[in-house]
Amino acid sequence: MPQSSPPRSSPPRSSPPMRYSFGGDEHIFVEVDEEMSLEAFFRTLSVTNAVRESKIRGVAEICPANASFQIKFDPDAISPDDMLGELKGLESAAAGTEAVLKTRIIEIPVLYNDPWTHETLMRFRERHQDPSVTDIEYAARINDFASVDAFIAAHSGSPWFVTMVGFVAGLPFLYQMVDRTRQIEAPKYLRPRTDTPKLTVGHGGCFGCIYSVRGAGGYQMFGITQMPIYDPRHEIGYLSEFMALFRPGDMVKWKPLTREAYDQAVADVDAGRFQPLMRDVTFSLAEFQKDNDGYNRKLDRVLHGH
Amino acid sequence: MGIRIISPGLATTVQDLGRPGYYHLGIPLSGGMDRFALRAANLLVGNDPGAAVLEAVFLGPQIAFTRDSMVAVTGAELPPKVDGVARETWSAFAVKAGQVLSFDFLKGGARAYIAISGGIDVPLVLGSRSTYALGALGGHEGRKLAAGDELRLGAPGRSVKEGRKVMPELRRLPSAPVELRVLTGLYWHRITDQSGRDFFADTWKVAPEADRIGYRFRGGRPLAFVPRTPPFGAGSDPSNIVDACYPYGSIQIPGGTEPIVLHRDAVSGGGYFMLGTVISADMDLIGQLQPHTPARFAAVDMAAALAARRGRAALIGKLGASLG
Repeated sequence: MPQSSPPRSSPPRSSPPMRYSFGGDEHIFVEVDEEMSLEAFFRTLSVTNAVRESKIRGVAEICPANASFQIKFDPDAISPDDMLGELKGLESAAAGTEAVLKTRIIEIPVLYNDPWTHETLMRFRERHQDPSVTDIEYAARINDFASVDAFIAAHSGSPWFVTMVGFVAGLPFLYQMVDRTRQIEAPKYLRPRTDTPKLTVGHGGCFGCIYSVRGAGGYQMFGITQMPIYDPRHEIGYLSEFMALFRPGDMVKWKPLTREAYDQAVADVDAGRFQPLMRDVTFSLAEFQKDNDGYNRKLDRVLHGH
Repeated sequence: MGIRIISPGLATTVQDLGRPGYYHLGIPLSGGMDRFALRAANLLVGNDPGAAVLEAVFLGPQIAFTRDSMVAVTGAELPPKVDGVARETWSAFAVKAGQVLSFDFLKGGARAYIAISGGIDVPLVLGSRSTYALGALGGHEGRKLAAGDELRLGAPGRSVKEGRKVMPELRRLPSAPVELRVLTGLYWHRITDQSGRDFFADTWKVAPEADRIGYRFRGGRPLAFVPRTPPFGAGSDPSNIVDACYPYGSIQIPGGTEPIVLHRDAVSGGGYFMLGTVISADMDLIGQLQPHTPARFAAVDMAAALAARRGRAALIGKLGASLG
């Protein structure tokens, strides 16, 4: 069954007020918006940055998510009501900031339709909406693409925003940077799998992801990358500074690989020769909104240095 | 050198008081599920309360010692033996180099904390020695212990006398049915008023799928959801939300059927609604629940949650004072 969803091209609306709730005696959960949008994500980033800068006493952890965030705090240092008041006082800060972000764009090579996720999806076929086709065939069909190749072209044709890091260590949630009417949507498996290959490129709801570790998962599986994104053993050069690659606000561009290119890339990783293509870039939400496709082409030129 | 694992038990890991500060990148706190018992074990053998210990679940390991040590076993009632001779739980006893520590069958609770003087000396990773097995991080090679593993011990701290005990009134194990106190909130508004009442009225049972990531419960009535048009990005199931952070102790109910309470190795976020959060004072108890244990959830307000938190802090104070 295709994802039932609201009108796919609802007009832009004004920002709703944030919704606050205690998560037990140690967390405050703030829903910035009930629905996902880049605007909601940027409001989330702005207000969590404001919390970080305000140095409110008793704040233990600041966790931004797609369209919400969570503060873990020490109720022995500040009363829950006082913490709530401090956070509410910062809500207006999110409205006033210009949505401009100094960030990075990172190219992720993908082998679509790879044998490893194929083996896994066949093993869990009875948990899928349509056991007669593969995940990517299913996603291509319900998103009205004429072929899997056309689907891959759309999936890899525009950049994606990292709007959340989590679930498990270093896993990025990715939001496709195209108009809502063109965003790929797919339901999660009917029942989650107990296994997903490490570095699977997945999709659930409107979000893409890269599984940083092997384990359970419910997202559709489209392919696999050889590029390490989480390295607790400190073996990968570009992850030596910190073991997890992604931060909220990074951008990702997929690069489809042939099997030969993929095998070569695996050999490069194993030999310590692999260097990801990664560029610093300043992103402006207002500029992006004026012309999505034009802006994405500009990002492509930044990525490839011309 | 210090100890060698002869047999590992079911899932024995190195744990301390955890690794705060990286939840925003999906790396959870980890650390002992029953933090009070972990502290008690350390204090008994003269360690800092947050030194690294072994957490054994359901089934004890068999451990050969290559250094004279003081040992204490707290938490679950998992009776220790030294060269086959019984020792008491919640008390300090000596194990000499060449002797073997083993365990009798579990009599109560779920997780035992095995503290050894000097603490387990695995490398600090992001400030903690705790094992986060899902992320292959920390502890001994990022995993549960296996036969043949050799672990070093730290330099012993304070020397203490054999036979020190934790007062019986400070030994905490859950009753049956266990009562877990909950502050409602988060996405509570997604379920009907009737389902909200049912959730607290029903008796649940701990499911076999209960581990360091989360505890699953079953046996209560399925929840009914308030009808809605799914918000963009949430997904079509009424229990779906736009993927968000999950508080420690938060109660998610995928599909409205089986509640999962996230624990120390929590997944940091995801797309299921949560109806509230178990209060911090009751988190240790969850770590001591065996599968099939009956459980009730009880709604409390913030004042009650904070009072329970103060009560727990007082117990920790008493523990420190009695073993100081």
